[in-house]
Amino acid sequence: MSNGDFLLVVAAMGAVTYLPRMVPLVMFSRCSLPAWFAEWLELIPVAILSALIAPTLFTQSDPRLIIIGKTELLAALPTLLFALKTRSLAGTVVIGMLCYWGLGQIH
Amino acid sequence: MTCCKSENTNDTGSVRAGLVAAWPICLGYFPIALSLGVLAQKAGLAPWQMAAMSTLVFAGGSQFIAVAMLAGGASPLAIVSTTLMVNLRHLLMSSALAVFFRGSSRRFLTLFAYGVTDESFAVNMTRFNQGAWTHASALTLNHAANATWIVSSVLGVYLGQLVPPGAAGVDYALTGMFICLLVFQLRGPVFTATALIAAVCSLLTYLWLPGNAYVIVASCLAASTGLALKRTLRKRERNHE
Repeated sequence: MSNGDFLLVVAAMGAVTYLPRMVPLVMFSRCSLPAWFAEWLELIPVAILSALIAPTLFTQSDPRLIIIGKTELLAALPTLLFALKTRSLAGTVVIGMLCYWGLGQIH
Repeated sequence: MTCCKSENTNDTGSVRAGLVAAWPICLGYFPIALSLGVLAQKAGLAPWQMAAMSTLVFAGGSQFIAVAMLAGGASPLAIVSTTLMVNLRHLLMSSALAVFFRGSSRRFLTLFAYGVTDESFAVNMTRFNQGAWTHASALTLNHAANATWIVSSVLGVYLGQLVPPGAAGVDYALTGMFICLLVFQLRGPVFTATALIAAVCSLLTYLWLPGNAYVIVASCLAASTGLALKRTLRKRERNHE
């Protein structure tokens, strides 16, 4: 692929990535959202976070299968408890890393 | 719903707060971007090409896929449409963030939108919900994460094969961060229920749907179910009064 072609592809990638990020921000910050939509959106963060985390804990990627007992899952338990107890973001990240590393040594 | 955090409240403090909140993201981005750079180098990308992609696109998952597709000789159309599909979920995230940017200038939004990623969204959303989070802090966070991403990905290309994967559990930094942010979002029984539904939906759709579709599908399903649950509970309360 020539340099010019590469830049075109990357620019197109940039555009299709940027537009979904920009359009809703501009649209919905100017006009009010209907109440049901606003309430629905309130639940989106918790839903997205959970949807992002679940496969990391319970699946393998190639082929896609459910597996129980991944190191990620085992490390998640103390991490979750620590987060619930302390509500410290930095602490949870460190505890998570330590547990994952430690369990990885044993597992 | 709280809103209207101005852009110019206590500038230095705001910027500092944004940087402090960004560090777990930067910590997580560093090894991921580094490995992206390594993969890109294997695929034959030059450092400037990595820099161009990380600057113009700034979206982890889709960049990994794009690099793999470039190495495999995929057509530009396939690469761009895959990128679109993978990153479409940011539409939902921007919509959710929009309530906190009432009255923001188009210019500010144009700049801020660039940095909306899974991670920056999660942290900014949490901070806005907790109150006392300014637009300046949110923007700073986006920029800090972005800078780390670009620099680390280019570094990865230079370092090539020298990077050992999984050093000291650093692979888990982002997961750890997501877990804590999830905990912050558990603001009531409806939220907890939504989280559980989302997890189940996510696992099912992950198995059945290709690519990253599972994120959007599971989130929408879970949020809708959660809303229905919330309204049912509210109706029941009203009937008992």
